[in-house]
Amino acid sequence: MSIILDHVNHIYEAGTAMEFAALKDINLVIPDGQFIGLIGHTGSGKSTLVQHLNGLLAPTSGNIYYNGADIHDSDYNKKELRSKVGLVFQYPEHQLFEIDVFSDVCFGPKNLGLDKKEVELRAYAALKQVGLEDEYFYQSPFDLSGGQKRRVAIAGVLAMQPEVLILDEPTAGLDPKGRDEILDQIANLRKETGMTVILVSHSMEDVAKYVDRIIVMNKGQVMLDNEPREVFRHYKELEEVGLAAPQVTYIMQELKRNGFPVDTDIITIEEAKKAILDALKI
Amino acid sequence: MLRDITLGQYYQTDSIIHRLDPRVKLVTTVCYIISLFVVDNIVGYLLAGLFLALVIKLSKVPVKFMVRGMKSILFLLLIALIFNLFLTPGEVVVSFWKLQITKEGIRQAVFMAVRLVFLLMGSSVMTLTTTPNQLTDGMEKLLGPLRALKVPVHEIAMMMSIALRFIPILLEETDKIMKAQMARGADFETGNLIKKAKSLVPLLVPLFISAFRRANDLAMAMESRCYRGGEHRTKMKPLIYKKRDGLAYGAVFCYLVLCVVCGKILW
Repeated sequence: MSIILDHVNHIYEAGTAMEFAALKDINLVIPDGQFIGLIGHTGSGKSTLVQHLNGLLAPTSGNIYYNGADIHDSDYNKKELRSKVGLVFQYPEHQLFEIDVFSDVCFGPKNLGLDKKEVELRAYAALKQVGLEDEYFYQSPFDLSGGQKRRVAIAGVLAMQPEVLILDEPTAGLDPKGRDEILDQIANLRKETGMTVILVSHSMEDVAKYVDRIIVMNKGQVMLDNEPREVFRHYKELEEVGLAAPQVTYIMQELKRNGFPVDTDIITIEEAKKAILDALKI
Repeated sequence: MLRDITLGQYYQTDSIIHRLDPRVKLVTTVCYIISLFVVDNIVGYLLAGLFLALVIKLSKVPVKFMVRGMKSILFLLLIALIFNLFLTPGEVVVSFWKLQITKEGIRQAVFMAVRLVFLLMGSSVMTLTTTPNQLTDGMEKLLGPLRALKVPVHEIAMMMSIALRFIPILLEETDKIMKAQMARGADFETGNLIKKAKSLVPLLVPLFISAFRRANDLAMAMESRCYRGGEHRTKMKPLIYKKRDGLAYGAVFCYLVLCVVCGKILW
């Protein structure tokens, strides 16, 4: 049970002056239950990559396997794949269309051909999972605030009960509070259901706290692929491609340079606090 | 899937055709369309084809790119073909059941098809080599004299340029929403006509909302820059004819004369 990408290339507008290689020879194995952060600068190919994982885009060359089956085999059921690999697009609130929140969340499971009762149960559960209060269920989705709309849209994908959840910049355009809430909920959700989660972002701060593996993309290639601590050790290289380690890592580096004996392998504020206290005790 | 529509899209490259004054290209396109309706014999069409081929060659736009755009008019082309083929009276060549194919019908149908293809290719050469902004600038300038008749030339040009500018944006948006709904299991391809029409609701509602949102944003952006129409508005890059534009006009004139001459001699 996993996703495997084998020498995947993707070229946009092949054969024209606008030809652009968005993905170059991507090889990845994504095992079940991992929490992955996919990081890259704008235009690094991360959005293109995630659209390959549920078969919305086909690679120009190379193969993608889900649970051992090639998803571009002619007899492969793409619709089922899309229910197993749920993809939440950037600004997902732009896809809302129904007259009320509840019907909109029902759209996904209804497309799976489930009976009405099951559809509604799933929709209700999904809305609860994203923490939306009952009072909003029968309002028009267009009357909600930005953060609430986004939750409804995420619930729309969750209602299909995917095994893999991919979120493309789920926090773009939200305020810090909304951002933390959404990320915390995603982390909780993963803890409860044990599903694979891929979080696409260009912010290291966002992902450092949650994920167990970071894949850094640059110019269509995988630049780094390791656990967060290892990746942030390469912060000089990250800076060269327009990314950065979390700010707290820089503070620890600075402290060490100024003769304060702390551990520099720090990626969250809690860890930093502990490390500084430890250093003071000595 | 939606990227196949090339009509109204700009193809970025540097060629003599790209550098021509948009007014030249507009006038040429109009002249070319007129010439297509004037000529009525094989030599005339060969001439029109040759002219088009030459312009496409000079424009450096890949022919593949143009042919892809043809797909969108395939249906129209077929209808025109069939109607002309069967409904033109004259000398019968083949007949079965109640249908007859006449010699005149074949001639008419072939000419009509060629005319349509040339028409579309001719106008797409213009849109592919001219940015929407240049195009409307040219149009505004050409229609300038109408201002004396109280025609709001600038406003019309501005509306056109906005409409043209939004075609690729809305296409991209459609593509995005389609993908987002497909990720939720939507199916846009299978089913009968009613089911297909119904499946468009999840696409069209968000698309309209986004179009209104963009229109609103654009209006706001224009107002915050004190846009107030064409009155006393000056251009950053005023259109000035260069030597190559004169040459191009000359070439088009020669082409038109040749077309007329061809028609006269072979009549």
